[in-house]
Amino acid sequence: MNDAIFERVRTMMADTFSVPLDQMTAESSPDTIETWDSIQHLNLVMALEEEFGVQFEPEEIEQLLSVELVAALVSEKKKEIGVS
Amino acid sequence: MSELRQQIEQAIAGGRFPEAKAAIDRMWASGASPATASFLVRCLDKIRGQAPLVPFKIRILRSFTVEPAVPLLRAGALAGGIDLTVDLGEFNAYAQEFLDPSSPLYTGGYRAVVLAVATRDLTPELWDDFADLAPAEVEHSVARAVEQYRNWITLFRSRTAASLIVHGLEMPPVQAMGVYDGQAGAQGQQAAIAAINAGLARVAAETPGVYVLDFDGLIARRGRDHWYDATKWFTVRMPMRAENLAAVAAEWLRFVHPLAGRSAKVVVTDLDNTLWGGVVGEDGLEGIRVHRDEHKGAPYWMLQRALADLRRRGVLLAIASKNNPAEAMEAIENHPGMLLRGSDFSATRISWNPKAQSLREIAAELNVGLDSLVFVDDNPVEREHIRMELPEVAVIELPAEAAGYARAVRDCPLLERLSISAEDRERAAMYAAQAERRRLEEQTTGSVEDFYRSLDQRVTVAIAGAGAGAAMIARVAQLTQKTNQFNLTTKRYGEAEIAAMAADPSCAVLGVTVTDRFGDNGLVGVCLLRLDGAVAAIDTFLMSCRVIGRTVETAILAAAAGHARARGASRIEGWFLPTRKNAPSREFYARHGFTMVEETEAGTRWSLDLAQGAPESPAWIRLEILDEGGPGQAGGQAGGGKETVLA
Repeated sequence: MNDAIFERVRTMMADTFSVPLDQMTAESSPDTIETWDSIQHLNLVMALEEEFGVQFEPEEIEQLLSVELVAALVSEKKKEIGVS
Repeated sequence: MSELRQQIEQAIAGGRFPEAKAAIDRMWASGASPATASFLVRCLDKIRGQAPLVPFKIRILRSFTVEPAVPLLRAGALAGGIDLTVDLGEFNAYAQEFLDPSSPLYTGGYRAVVLAVATRDLTPELWDDFADLAPAEVEHSVARAVEQYRNWITLFRSRTAASLIVHGLEMPPVQAMGVYDGQAGAQGQQAAIAAINAGLARVAAETPGVYVLDFDGLIARRGRDHWYDATKWFTVRMPMRAENLAAVAAEWLRFVHPLAGRSAKVVVTDLDNTLWGGVVGEDGLEGIRVHRDEHKGAPYWMLQRALADLRRRGVLLAIASKNNPAEAMEAIENHPGMLLRGSDFSATRISWNPKAQSLREIAAELNVGLDSLVFVDDNPVEREHIRMELPEVAVIELPAEAAGYARAVRDCPLLERLSISAEDRERAAMYAAQAERRRLEEQTTGSVEDFYRSLDQRVTVAIAGAGAGAAMIARVAQLTQKTNQFNLTTKRYGEAEIAAMAADPSCAVLGVTVTDRFGDNGLVGVCLLRLDGAVAAIDTFLMSCRVIGRTVETAILAAAAGHARARGASRIEGWFLPTRKNAPSREFYARHGFTMVEETEAGTRWSLDLAQGAPESPAWIRLEILDEGGPGQAGGQAGGGKETVLA
């Protein structure tokens, strides 16, 4: 996984869910982040798509359930469209 | 971007708020996105209280998901000085909300409501099934849609004084019948949707405080092929792509700014490489480029065209340039390609002084606050200088290429107007007359009364009735929204609220026009009275800064007190609510014989007994009262039933 992407994703998720950056770890998930509800999840998806220029499939959106998973999928998608 | 982020966080942590605000503005201007919006909202929350924010509350009724656009809207509003509260209606519950008198739409205390309904939701038959429709069915569909809008808008207007912003319907990405659609005349798919939009525009134009947002125009500007996202629509009812959310939020802000009264009055522009290409001090008159029809000069002509358009909206233009005045003025007056000339600018500062000083002088000369200025300069260093030195001034972030300058200025929400009055169109000329007046004041050697007499002022106070003209209602509302200095209570009202007061027998709406030997100043004063038996309460008393210091306020008070007495009042009362800006009106009550009867944290309340005689208009003012015969009118006043003509 690309470390730079991981850090950008982690920062964006901290912003979106309004939690301090140091509380947002690789394992943070809807179970550990109280503000991570369905609306904020949609906000996160829109922010990721805009920021990285990618598009998620509905099945993928359902799997974006931790910082690690989000960063991994973003890295993979960016490889697919040929940017790093 | 992450550098800017660090700078913002460090500046906030270190308590360096102007630096933080400047960096926030730059981050916002360089790319509003869903990713930055939440961060900016959080930062702006931390520096709240460092700069005055105008509170405003809106509700968005919608047929699709708008949630991800809300942080962008709030961040943009905060960056522009508005503390915006945004509530959302339930999905597709807009019709019920309009119909139900106890819905949050009417009980929630909203200043403005957005109706965001997509074509596919309002008229699914025109969107998906158009090819199946017979001509009569198309007509029926159009008529039904317009009738629905009319019903909702009529109900809304009868139940709340909030403003209403209605999204027009958007066109489908492709037409059901292909290119034949353009050959089908009024029976085409696009023609049918356009007919609904035209019907909506008619209803909006007939109803005060209702405005149309050209949603299809927004989609077209962004590029229709890059707008829709079918997957998002079917999964989360989000019709547009993530990259378009910021544009939707920005479009809403173009309405929120004028409605919240966060508007700028003056655009201050640089000259070299902004109003023309090149540097006049080095390239000379022959070397600088500005031309309507020449590729190097056209971008600058386009910026001048944008500024000339703003002038017609009532925005004043001013120059702040570091140059030799003679050379610069020669270029302005004599360059054959210039659209704007010296007389188009209401204030000019061409010197080698720092621009912050020039902007301060311009604000003082035009009698406006620094937060009424918008600054346009191609030089990022000057822009940063102004952001740091004068954080109240709005700075437009110009793109690197001059071809984008005009658009950047046209997109500034602080320069939007929702109504344009005759006064707005002529404002620049009026300021020229005022400069003449000031010269006279300086020349007059006799007493101040001689000066007042020499002005030959005529003050006309029109008391609006239920049938008050739309132009007068719009101008009165506009003045309540824009006037800061001579304003006793600084209450902001929308057109619908003013229209409701004009029709209310327990209220009186007084609109004041002033003419003098230099010309017509237009409608420049407002007094709103609430009449309750023996007491007439002054809800609002304001005057445009154009007529401050000429005893016009005494004439208005005389008219208001006379009207109150005619309506049975024996006492006139009012609050003075101090703000950062209304010091010029602080002495108003004391000067006119009122007694202070109450003092609270918010301000002071004053009272005057009318039984002992009403205040009189100054001898040097010719006062005329036009009574339109409002409801509850007890007795005839001079000129009863006359229509007031504004335009």
